[in-house]
Amino acid sequence: MIIAERKPINEIMDMVKDAKRILVLGCRGCVTICSAGGEREVEILASLIRLGKQKAGQEVSTIEATLVRQCDKEYIDSIDQWDGQYDAIISMACGVGVNFIANLRPMAKVYPGVNTSSFGGSAEQGVWSEQCAGCGNCILHLTGGLCPVARCAKSLMNGPCGGSVGGRCEIHKDVPCIWQSIHDKLVRIDNAEGLAAIAPIRDWSTAGHGGPRKIARNDLTV
Amino acid sequence: MSFTPNIQAFCCHYTSQQTLAEGPEGLLADGFPKSVTIHRVACTGKLEVSTLLKAFEDGADGVYVAGCPLDKCHNLMGSQRAAKRVAAIKKALTELGVEPERIEMYHLERGFHPAFVKAAQEMDERITTLGPSPFQGGAK
Repeated sequence: MIIAERKPINEIMDMVKDAKRILVLGCRGCVTICSAGGEREVEILASLIRLGKQKAGQEVSTIEATLVRQCDKEYIDSIDQWDGQYDAIISMACGVGVNFIANLRPMAKVYPGVNTSSFGGSAEQGVWSEQCAGCGNCILHLTGGLCPVARCAKSLMNGPCGGSVGGRCEIHKDVPCIWQSIHDKLVRIDNAEGLAAIAPIRDWSTAGHGGPRKIARNDLTV
Repeated sequence: MSFTPNIQAFCCHYTSQQTLAEGPEGLLADGFPKSVTIHRVACTGKLEVSTLLKAFEDGADGVYVAGCPLDKCHNLMGSQRAAKRVAAIKKALTELGVEPERIEMYHLERGFHPAFVKAAQEMDERITTLGPSPFQGGAK
C-alpha cells in the first residue's frame, strides 16, 4: 500500500487560513489502512481545524467525507454533490488523490492533508516500512524477493557496500543491510551462485528519471 | 476576574467506582471540585481521539482521562491505548499553539482511594492557573 502520515496541523491551518468552508476528504484505500487519511482521521482533522479556527476567532464550517478511492475519476465525480458548499478541499488521500482532484476540478482549491511517504507494509501494529520503490523494472527474482532499490540506502545493485556491519546498515543500527539479507536468503534457498554475477549499470529511465511514467494497455482502453 | 474552569473527565468503570458508591454529594464532601464533570466509560481504551477533541469544541477548558494503572488495566491494554491517544492530542494542541497541559492522562487504582479526588483537584488547580481555553471566544 501507499504509506502516508498526517501533516502537522499548523501546516494545514496555514493552507486553509483564508477558507471558511472546508471539505475534509478521506480515502478508503491505502491511507485508511495506514491510519493516515481514513474516516477516523477525517473526523479528527476536521475537529482540529475547527478548534484551530476557533482559536483564531475565525468562522469555519467543515464537511467530512470519505471516498472509496481518490485515484479514479468515477469517485472524484462524487464530490460534485458538495459544489458551492466549500472554499477549499483538504485531501487526506496520498498525493495521487490530490493530483486527481486538481486535474479533474481545475477551479477547486485542493491541499494535501498528509505527507505521502512510500510503498510499504505494516511491519507491526502502528509501524509501516518501505518495501518497494516503484522503480518500474523489478529485479526481485534475482534478489530472493528482497528489494535493494527500496531497502538499500544507496540502492546498490552489487552490494553490500563497506558500511555493512554485522548485518546492519551504517545509516542506522535499526536498518538491516538488505544485501546481507539477500545473501542469507539466496544461500538459504540454494540459489547463491547468482550473486557472483555482476549487475550491469542500471537504466533508471523507468524509475521516473525519464519523466512522468504512464502505462497504457490497449486491451483495456476504450 | 474569577474563573471557574469547565473540566471534562473521562473515567473508566473501574477507576470511577468511587462515584457510584458515594454519589455526587459524597464526592463533593471529599473535596472533589465542582468544575469537573465525570463521563463514565466502560474502558478508556474505547475513547476516540475525536471524543476528547469534541470536549474542547464543546467548551471544555481542560480534559482528562482516568484509567487503570498501565500494567493492571482490567482490559489488559485499554489504559495504555488511552494514554497514547492523550499524548497524540497533546502533540496536536502544541501544534495549534495551545498548552498541552490542558489534557492529561491519569492511571489510578480501582476502587475507593483519594487519588481519584486528587487528580480532579490537580486538574482544577492547573486549568484555573492556565485560564480559559484559547478555543473559546472564537466563532463556532
